[in-house]
Amino acid sequence: MAVIASSVEDAVAAIPDGAMVVVPRESSGVPMEATRALIRRGVKRLHLVALPTSTLQADMLIGACCVETLETSAVSLGEFGPAPRFTAAILGKTIAMKDATCPALYASMQAAEKGVPFIPLRGLIGSDILAHRPDWRVIENPFGNNDPIVLLPAIKPDFALFHAGMADRTGNIFIGRDRELLTMAHASARTIATVEKIYDGNLMDDPALSAGTVPGFYVDTVAVAPRGAWPLQLLDHYPADGAHLAEYAKLGATAEGFARYLDEYVYAKKAA
Amino acid sequence: MTDFRPEELLADTIVRLIGDVRHVAVGNASPIPALAALTLRERGGGKPYVSLLGSRRHMFFTDGGRELFDCAGQGRIDVFFLSGGEIDGEGNINLVSIGDYEQPNVRFPGSFGSGYLYYVVPKVILFRVEHSRRTLVPKVSFVSAPGGNADNVHRPGGPVALVTNRCLFSFDRAAKHFRLESVHPGHTVEEVIENTGFDFDRPDDVPVTTAPSAQTLVLMRETVAPQLAEVYPQFAERVFGVALPKSA
Repeated sequence: MAVIASSVEDAVAAIPDGAMVVVPRESSGVPMEATRALIRRGVKRLHLVALPTSTLQADMLIGACCVETLETSAVSLGEFGPAPRFTAAILGKTIAMKDATCPALYASMQAAEKGVPFIPLRGLIGSDILAHRPDWRVIENPFGNNDPIVLLPAIKPDFALFHAGMADRTGNIFIGRDRELLTMAHASARTIATVEKIYDGNLMDDPALSAGTVPGFYVDTVAVAPRGAWPLQLLDHYPADGAHLAEYAKLGATAEGFARYLDEYVYAKKAA
Repeated sequence: MTDFRPEELLADTIVRLIGDVRHVAVGNASPIPALAALTLRERGGGKPYVSLLGSRRHMFFTDGGRELFDCAGQGRIDVFFLSGGEIDGEGNINLVSIGDYEQPNVRFPGSFGSGYLYYVVPKVILFRVEHSRRTLVPKVSFVSAPGGNADNVHRPGGPVALVTNRCLFSFDRAAKHFRLESVHPGHTVEEVIENTGFDFDRPDDVPVTTAPSAQTLVLMRETVAPQLAEVYPQFAERVFGVALPKSA
């Protein structure tokens, strides 16, 4: 049964160095407090799968040397420009990059959900994305006639890690419309989530809520982290902190500035 | 002539390119296409359907991020928008890097959904505000998605046009070639030739892009700009002066 951890630090303690961790796009509940906890702990060699893109979270984990392999379709700071530590890591060749396209990541995750080894996807043929992915194959559609199609292997993460609005004490997590969080939980061996608050009662008792719930069956650990997506948005709860993201974009532009950012906004908590 | 902002002219041009369709989807980092799609929907009294990635209010999907792609794969999305760090004369787009992929000189964010949506959405409108020889190149360094494919590849979709800060090109998929359709007010054909890294067709007399009407401008500024601020607060503030959301 799911455990309600007493702190975010405790919740992410189970994620070892070298783990494959899937995290969601910016609009689906990015666990930033948990990300800061991972950086403080100094986690290493993560295989980070950003489903299907990332912004601040991947940039910070890369800048803090937590990532060995990044598998995603894009990393940027959105309206605040390029993701500076991601860009520096690619140019400096300090991470292994597995470039994808968004639906390829969703499809690979769906294959894991179904327990099948691979899944076909349209598109990709003639692209350099495909040319640089030796793990992807092109076959002839066995039911068609001269119809090439790409096959993608399932992605089976060790952990799904996300932030949501609320969970109950049995580990059911309300995700509403952000159903890729459900796919992530289905596909991953273990799921760790942070939430804004604990819901009194059982989410499964209310049909309006249960339809948008990740069942506790799939969930290992939940921790309460109010404003746990800050400085990113949590849709239906709070907008992004634009002034802070502008400051990050500025500081992150250099290694020295990024180190100052970590000191001020990530490591400061440890010292306190 | 009514004063208009460059973003309003580009969005108005995109509105005309979209035409009469059922469903327009707008991806990441696309504030001008979003402005166009929402303007068209306001004008059409709710038609077409608009799916604005990252939005709660302007997005009907309930099956997570994959629904956009599943919907497109079935042919249920008529129009989408893509950009490129580089775009070449055959309509290939590069959202990844310049130079050798393993040792690039420049890195862009990544391909996003282009490696799929460019293939399956019937009308893909390319937009790249910066029109220069750095962005419109003879040959892209990395093909995030090709402008066309061999005949046996499933390819119901592809590029129909390219909108920049200087002009509008149409794209002929059979000939794999751009054609200059109009230059924006204040710009010239010579300037377009000078700043484009690939060859393109052009008529003897190139028209000037139609300016947005006063009615369209009112709609964009008063009705659409506040809607846009949900997903593009910085853009809405910079272009239209919409107040930024408070984050306590």
